[in-house]
Amino acid sequence: MTALLEARGLTKRFGGVAAVDGCSFAVPEGTVSALVGPNGSGKTTVFNLLTGYLRADAGSVWFAGRHVRRPEPTWLARSGLSRTFQQARVFPELTLVENLVVAIQQPWHALARRAVRRSEEARALSVLEEFGLGGHATARAATLSYGQKKLLEFAALLMGEPRLVLLDEPTAGVNPVMVEAMERHIRELHARGLTFLVVEHNMNLVMRLCDPVIVLDHGTKLAEGPPAVVQTDPRVLDAYLGA
Amino acid sequence: MSRITPIGLLRAAVVLGAAIAYPLVITPDWLVNIGVFTLMYAGLATAWNLFSGYTGYISLGQAAFFGIGAYALAITFNHISIGNGYRPFYVLPLIGLAVGLASLPVAWVALRTRAMTFAIVTLMLLFIVQQLAFNLRSVTHGSQGVAVPQPSFSSNFDRPYYFAMLGILALGLLVTWYVRGSKLGLQLLAVREDEEKARGLGVRVTRAKLIAWGLHVGLTAMIGGVWGYYLFFIYPESAVDPLVMIGAVLMTFLGGRGTLWGPMIGALVLVPAQQWALTDFGATRLYLIAYALVFVVILLALPRGIVPSLRRA
Repeated sequence: MTALLEARGLTKRFGGVAAVDGCSFAVPEGTVSALVGPNGSGKTTVFNLLTGYLRADAGSVWFAGRHVRRPEPTWLARSGLSRTFQQARVFPELTLVENLVVAIQQPWHALARRAVRRSEEARALSVLEEFGLGGHATARAATLSYGQKKLLEFAALLMGEPRLVLLDEPTAGVNPVMVEAMERHIRELHARGLTFLVVEHNMNLVMRLCDPVIVLDHGTKLAEGPPAVVQTDPRVLDAYLGA
Repeated sequence: MSRITPIGLLRAAVVLGAAIAYPLVITPDWLVNIGVFTLMYAGLATAWNLFSGYTGYISLGQAAFFGIGAYALAITFNHISIGNGYRPFYVLPLIGLAVGLASLPVAWVALRTRAMTFAIVTLMLLFIVQQLAFNLRSVTHGSQGVAVPQPSFSSNFDRPYYFAMLGILALGLLVTWYVRGSKLGLQLLAVREDEEKARGLGVRVTRAKLIAWGLHVGLTAMIGGVWGYYLFFIYPESAVDPLVMIGAVLMTFLGGRGTLWGPMIGALVLVPAQQWALTDFGATRLYLIAYALVFVVILLALPRGIVPSLRRA
């Protein structure tokens, strides 16, 4: 298995604190990889470095075999790497359909076209249907519940036909039914060939869903491997429970 | 492009018909004069809204491009005969295009900032252009000002200017309508709602913002050109006047940001009121206090502006 995404020696300091410190790991193509670690271990910062929302002080990012010299969100999204945010981020004043259609990447000469073309609307509706949001298609996104916003954010990413999706705590703050729905969608999309990197605190979910599991502590990789192995690694137990 | 609806067409036809009829029915010069200024502000507010209303980036530099448009027209026609007097109007699209394109590199730099910083950067742009107008004497004659050749319109002197302003306003409304219903418009709204998120989805946010910026500058420069020609004489203080832009911004807030008709409605309310205050209270500039009052009232009673409030009701 080749690595679809690779972090090599990523480092980010905020003042005197090294939030991410020489962090290296790889996300093999075709996996649902997990990035776990105690609070403050640097998971979200790693996400922000990988997706260009923060500039690394050192280290490099490799995506699909290419060295990404200056990771930049727009370019990465258009090359097939998309992410969600820890707090669901949607466009509240746009309708659900518009939220999805705006996520379809357009060439410059399409900017003058109708905002939502018929074919795009049909595609958006079928994705919304798949995510159980079909009944709200013309509602403003602001009217959705928090869990529904998370689903909408996830669904919108798919409109850009990504190869790799980074999910930042997809089940945080949503009810158990929604957790199941989220898990089902990840499994289905994985079966269709999508690769995932998931930051998640729900360990039961991680153990069921993810392989490999990458453990971060103090901004560096502590352990990596199949969930069963990582789970019994004494270093990991130390990091979580404190020794 | 938005969908063309019968009600929308009717609305446009009624507004356009009324605007065309006004100077033909109402003949006193001073009333047509107020009409010219009303349309000028309606156009400026519509242009400002096209960029700031849809992207959420508050630009305070609009008057700079108004002034550049005015100077561009004045300087051009100091070298070229104005013929029968209509020629400057035909050159306006060229001025709009040139100023719009020329402003893009500056905007590209300014758009690296956000929110308040962007507002301040664009405000600085305004003062820089004003300083240049004062100091580039070989081009602008500094504080002496530039005279524009006078046309030979005999009777109904104000009418050609009225219709020129109306044409640009109509163009501005048409562009706004088209953009609003296009993919560009959708991307601009996404920028206004959550620009970082839009970037993460692969939206080329800078490109979208620059197109909206160029369009708003082009329209503004054309309006500035007509204004300069109307007044015959332009000075740095009057051509690059922060008050002109504050008026346009206020009208947009009053009518409703991010709406098609809002800025024009705001202008229809405020400009006649302002002209009345000017004539009744003269040079005391009491109207500025009235501006402040209007702004307070908008913030308290109509924070979203007239059009969105009506839509909700």
